[in-house]
Amino acid sequence: MTSLNVPLTTSPAIFPPPALRFDDVAFSHQGKQLFGPCSFTLEGAGPTLVMGPNGAGKSLLLRLAHGLLPPNEGQVSWSGKERPRQAMVFQSPILLRRSALANLTHALAVNKTPGNARKQLAREALARFGLTASTDTPARVLSGGEQQRLALARAWVLSPQVLFLDEPTSALDPVAIKAVEAAVHEFYQRGTRIVMTTHDLHQAKRLAGDVLFLSGGKVREHTPADSFFTAPVSREAQAFIAGELDE
Amino acid sequence: MKTTCALILAGVTSMGLAASAFADDYITLASTTSTENSGLFDAILPQFENATGIKVRVVAVGTGQAFEIARRGDADTLLVHDTAGEQRFVENGYASERADVMYNDFVVIGPTDDPANVRDAKNAAEAFAAIAEAEEPFASRGDDSGTNRAELRLWENAGVEPNGSWYRELGSGMGPTLNTAAAMDAYVMSDRATWVAFENRQNLTLLFEGDEVLFNQYGSLLLSEEKHPHLKQDLAEQWHKWLVSEQGQQAIADFTVDGQQLFFPNAR
Amino acid sequence: MESNAFYVALSLLLNLDATLFQIVALSLQVSLLAVLIAAVLGFPLGAAVALWHFPGRGGIIVALNALMGLPPVVAGLTVYLLLSRAGPLGEWGLLFTPSAMVIAQVVLVLPILAALSRQKVEELLGEYREQFISLGMSRSRMMPTLLWDARFALLTVLLAGFGRASAEVGAVMMVGGNIDGVTRVMTTAIVLETSKGDLPLALGLGIVLLALVMLINAGAYLLGEAAKRRIG
Repeated sequence: MTSLNVPLTTSPAIFPPPALRFDDVAFSHQGKQLFGPCSFTLEGAGPTLVMGPNGAGKSLLLRLAHGLLPPNEGQVSWSGKERPRQAMVFQSPILLRRSALANLTHALAVNKTPGNARKQLAREALARFGLTASTDTPARVLSGGEQQRLALARAWVLSPQVLFLDEPTSALDPVAIKAVEAAVHEFYQRGTRIVMTTHDLHQAKRLAGDVLFLSGGKVREHTPADSFFTAPVSREAQAFIAGELDE
Repeated sequence: MKTTCALILAGVTSMGLAASAFADDYITLASTTSTENSGLFDAILPQFENATGIKVRVVAVGTGQAFEIARRGDADTLLVHDTAGEQRFVENGYASERADVMYNDFVVIGPTDDPANVRDAKNAAEAFAAIAEAEEPFASRGDDSGTNRAELRLWENAGVEPNGSWYRELGSGMGPTLNTAAAMDAYVMSDRATWVAFENRQNLTLLFEGDEVLFNQYGSLLLSEEKHPHLKQDLAEQWHKWLVSEQGQQAIADFTVDGQQLFFPNAR
Repeated sequence: MESNAFYVALSLLLNLDATLFQIVALSLQVSLLAVLIAAVLGFPLGAAVALWHFPGRGGIIVALNALMGLPPVVAGLTVYLLLSRAGPLGEWGLLFTPSAMVIAQVVLVLPILAALSRQKVEELLGEYREQFISLGMSRSRMMPTLLWDARFALLTVLLAGFGRASAEVGAVMMVGGNIDGVTRVMTTAIVLETSKGDLPLALGLGIVLLALVMLINAGAYLLGEAAKRRIG
C-alpha cells in the first residue's frame, strides 16, 4: 500500500472539520460517577489525541462523543445544522462473519448507498488499505493488523466527517501500527476530524495536533501538542509524561 | 443462500405433491383398529376402487372416537362395532342409514397356565366371574371403544363390578392392550381378527371362545348430509351399498389370515 | 428380537419398496416443510424479541421456553379442533391431510426455533451492538444482519426443530389419521406395527428413521463445520 510511504507531515485540512462541544457532560453507572462533569470544545484541525492513565475515562469520552452512550447530564453538540457523519474504530475490530468485501458493502447498504455503486466503492477502499488480496477472505480469519485495516476501510467507505479511534493499535505489531497511523493520516488529509485515544506517548507525538488529557474521569488539560509534550500545564499531565506509562 | 433456495424448492415441491394427492375422488372412512390391523381393508378396498373408481381413506381409531369424528363432520362414513351406539347415532340424526355388514367374535385370551381356570368355563359369564374371583390381572382397553363397551356389558352379565388392583384400564387400542397383556401375563378380551393377526403373543393363548354373547356385529353408517352438508354422501352411499352387495360380502368372506376366515358377512 | 430388528431394518433399506419409500418421502416432506415455515416465522420472531424491549417481553420469553416442551398430542388436539369440520377452520377441509400435519408440526417447532434463535441473536447482538450503533443502524435494520451472521448457530437450531418434528407421533397421528398412502409417516407406521404386535418391523422402521435423521444431521454438521472453518 502506497500510502505507507507518505511522510506524516501534519498538513492542515482543506475544509475545517465540524467542531465537537461538551457542555458539563457527565456519565455515571450504578451511582458511580465515571466521567465528568466536563466542558471542552474540539475545533482546531487536530488530530486530537486523548491521553491519560488507564481508567481515566478515555474510552468513555469517545463513546459519549460518538453517541454510543447517552450522557446522564450535560450535552454533546456539533457545529453545523446536522449531526456530522461519523465512524468509529475499536480496539478490537467488530467485524461481521462475512468476507472482507461483504463487510464493506454491508456498511454501504446501511448507509443507503445505491446497490450498483457498493462493490466498486468497497473494492477501491480495500485497495487503498492494501487488502485487495483478501477481498473474498472471511473477515474473521484475517490477521489482527488486517482486521484493523479492514475496520479502517469500512470507516473510509462511509466518508465520515469525524472519525473516532479507540486504542486502535494497542494489540498490533510495529508494521501494523505503522499502517494504521498512515491510514489515520489519510483520513486527516481528507478533512476528517480525528479523535483518537492512545496510551503510547511516541504515537501521540507522531500524530497529535492537540492533546486532551484526562485523569480520574476529568479533562485536566487541552493544549496544542507541541506545548503538551514539552511543557504540560496540569500536575497530572506532568506526572504522566514524567513517568510515561506510569500510573 | 444456496441451502435456503434448496429448502424453499423442496418445500414448494412437497406442497405440489401433497396437493396432487387430493385430485382423486375419495371418501373418508372412520373405522376401528381391529379392521385395519387385521388387514381387512388392504384386501377389500382395491376391489371397491376397481368397481367404482372411488378411493377410501381409512382413519382407524376406537369406536368411541370414530363416533366423535363423525359427529364433528370429519368422516363421510363409519364402519364400527357397537350396535346400540350405532342405532342411537341414527336416532340422533347424525346417520341417515345403518346396515349390518359382518361379524366376528370376541375371544378371551390369557396366560397359558390359566391360573383363573377360564378354560373350563361353560359360558362367557362364568369365564369373566372366574377371573374376578381369582383376582388375576385383567387388561381392559378402557378407551370407550366398541370392544371396551362389549367387555363392560360382559362384566355386567357376570354380575361383577370390575375394580380393584387386578383390573387394569389401559386406555389403549387393541394392539397396545395385547402388547401390555403379554408383558404382564394378564387376561384380556380381544376381537378375533386382531388376535389372529397379532404377532407378539409371548405366553398368551386363546382360552375361551364360542359363546353367543361374544358375537361382535359390525355395522356401516351412512352419515347424514343434514348435519354436515359438505359430506360426500353420493360417494359414501356407493361404499355403503357395495359393502352389503354380493360382491362386497364375497370380498369380506374371501379375506383370510393364515387360512383362517376372520370376518363373516351377514348383511340382510 | 433386537438383532432381528436390525436385520429387518437392513432388508427394508435394501429392498426399498414403493410403500416404504412413500412413507419416508412423506415424513421428510412434512417435517422439512414444517421446519421451513416455522423458520420463516420463528427466526424473525426470535430476533425481534432479542432486539426490542417492550412490556411483556419477559412473559413472551417464558412462554416460548415453556412451549418448547408442548406435548405433541396437545398441539395435535388443538390443531384437530381448529381444522375439524365443526371447528373454526373446518371449511378449509384440511383435517386428515398432509397439510394438517405440517400445521401441527409448525405449532410444535415454532417455539423451539423462536426461543433458541432469540438466545443466539441476543448473544451476537451483545458482540455487535457498538458497531451497529456506530453505523447508525435501526433495530429493524439490525435484524437481517444478525440473522444472517448467526446462520451457523441457526442451522443447529433448525436441526433441533427438525429433530422434534420428525420424532413426534402424537400430533401427526391425531390430525393426519395415519391413512395408508395419504398421511402415514414413519412414526405413525411404527405405532401401527407396534399395535399389530409386529415389534421387529416396528423397531426396524425406527432404525430406518433414526438412520435418516442421522444422515440429515451429519450432512448439516459437516456443512456447518466446513463453513465455520472458512468463515471463522
